[in-house]
Amino acid sequence: MEIRLQNLTKKFPNRNKKISNDVIAVDHVTFTIPDGKLIGLLGPSGCGKSTTLNMICGLETPTDGTIFFGEQDVTNLAPEHRGVGMVFQNYALYPHLTVRKNILFPLENLKGKNKLSKDEMMRRVNQAAALVQLEELMDRKPAELSGGQQQRVAIARALVKMPHVLLLDEPLSNLDARLRLQTREEIKKIQRSTNITTVFVTHDQEEAMSISDFIVVMKSGVVQQIGKPQEVYDDPANLFVAKFLGTPPINVFSGKIENGMLVIDGASVLPLEAVLKPLNQPDTSKGIDKSKAEQRVVIAIRPEGFVPCNDGPLCCDLQGVEVMGRDISIVAQHAACEAVLRAIITADTKVDSANDTIRFALKPEKVFLFDYETGERIRGLV
Amino acid sequence: MNRHQTKAWLYLLPSILFLGLFMVYPLFDVLVYSMEEGYNFASQTYFGVGLYNYSYVLHDPYFLQALKNTFILVIITVPISTGLALLISLGLSSIKFLKDLYQTIYFLPYVTNTLAVGLVFMILFQKTEYTDGLVNLVLSWFGSSPVDFINGPYWAKMFVLCFYTIWVVMPFKILILTGALASVNPDYYKAAKVDGTSAFRTFVRITLPMISPMMFYLIITGFIGAFKAYSDAVALFGTDLNAAGMNTIVGYIYDMLYGNSGGFPSYASAAAILLFAIILTITCMNMMVGKKHIHY
Repeated sequence: MEIRLQNLTKKFPNRNKKISNDVIAVDHVTFTIPDGKLIGLLGPSGCGKSTTLNMICGLETPTDGTIFFGEQDVTNLAPEHRGVGMVFQNYALYPHLTVRKNILFPLENLKGKNKLSKDEMMRRVNQAAALVQLEELMDRKPAELSGGQQQRVAIARALVKMPHVLLLDEPLSNLDARLRLQTREEIKKIQRSTNITTVFVTHDQEEAMSISDFIVVMKSGVVQQIGKPQEVYDDPANLFVAKFLGTPPINVFSGKIENGMLVIDGASVLPLEAVLKPLNQPDTSKGIDKSKAEQRVVIAIRPEGFVPCNDGPLCCDLQGVEVMGRDISIVAQHAACEAVLRAIITADTKVDSANDTIRFALKPEKVFLFDYETGERIRGLV
Repeated sequence: MNRHQTKAWLYLLPSILFLGLFMVYPLFDVLVYSMEEGYNFASQTYFGVGLYNYSYVLHDPYFLQALKNTFILVIITVPISTGLALLISLGLSSIKFLKDLYQTIYFLPYVTNTLAVGLVFMILFQKTEYTDGLVNLVLSWFGSSPVDFINGPYWAKMFVLCFYTIWVVMPFKILILTGALASVNPDYYKAAKVDGTSAFRTFVRITLPMISPMMFYLIITGFIGAFKAYSDAVALFGTDLNAAGMNTIVGYIYDMLYGNSGGFPSYASAAAILLFAIILTITCMNMMVGKKHIHY
């Protein structure tokens, strides 16, 4: 089922009585989730992603804006009438009930014409359990299960009602690293086989990138960018998105534009045309004026955008070389870079870690320019 | 015994000594007293050993009255006080406005002196030559003739005693239960809400099992506390409880030791052992029932 959020806003009253302003958790969020897709809501803690999820679920009422499930306005509908299933961060499995009874619980709530017969209930429970491979654990209590198994029970409990929408709040954060990889594949698989529109919340960009059909990056209640994971990674809308996606993080330099060249700390690293495309329509808000003699910009370079090269323009102090098998990570320092510089290169390239400095050439498609003041992406030339 | 165990016993020694001296030995001594027939306190002599003391106590109409009073008290006050405390705690945990004030008010009886409260109850309920008391005044508005709750009929006195006991034991139960309710993870309620669980079903299937260990604790201690009731009756009806017909088992034991009919430590010991047996049986029954319904 397609989910449409229009101008969704949520304000919470401020706990601090001296400040009368409300806290705006979600600020005029508008986006559409296509039917049958897996969407990752991504952002740092406190960015409003969980609040957005709770509003889709119906646990929170929006201060403003509307939510559509298909053509139906569900903004003021109670959660049980929306046809949603929810998996909580700590799973919220009832500890005194067995796995079977936990999964059965939502079905026992159905009343009136929706009421199911005992046999039908058991059939649905077994079906949901089979989907997440829980058949052998049905008579155990949640405390007797591992984290990954508990997670699967929570998913089965959410799916047993056959919801139109499945919502997952930080589904993997309580699992250890190995299980996390495995479980996220499972979530993807279950989503594919059931074809339920699924929204999940995470602060882990790797998690979101790896399984989502689309990601929605949020910050301070505002949507920063929506798109396919690779597109967002390759074409960030602003500095925040560029910094938030990718491990190791993107390397951020303060630089300048001089005479049509990108300059970092006096060194001309790339011609402007290599990074920016000419814009057809004059749009000063997104483009940059080539005729301007000098302009300060933020230059962000992905770790894989560096090429070690003896006559490369960017000279850095070499601090160390970390071997990771397939790749090498070069740790270096540069006066114009706000943090330690990290470059990822293939292990075939030989780097002499005894050297004090290292010179890099840059891959233009891995270099992004941002406005020095606003952090907005500079996409083209005017 | 290896070195490790010697050390362990050494560390345990202080508490073993204390417990042994002040708990186990007296308990054992009471058992010995209860078996010594015709024990003379002054000369510290006795005629023989046997079960006569038990037989005497069990045939003493005062003891039977005390037994009956205690059982009535237990059966009425434990369920009512626990149930009411649960209702009040549920109310308290679902309001925000003035919650602290209400919590303080409900806790006040706990920090108030039993005898002072007893005096207030006497003033509320007693009928004297000068006044019928506040409760009778209220009752008269509904066309009822005045009843003397303190020196009057048995049911009236029992009503006051139960009322008083419930009022005194509730604060602690409310305190424990509000704590237990607050410790239930709100995510369970959210999950139940998403699944459209009715409020009643949420309470019965989620809240109650979650707080069941605390409920169990309150029921067990409630039973034991009610079986050991004494000061409440004294506060309301004075020290001559046998005359008032409102004696309790502990009251009977006290009277046998120090009361007007006192000086019979053997009878007192036999009654104490009987009380011990009753409490032990009831607690074991509770435990057996609890095993099925408590979810830790």
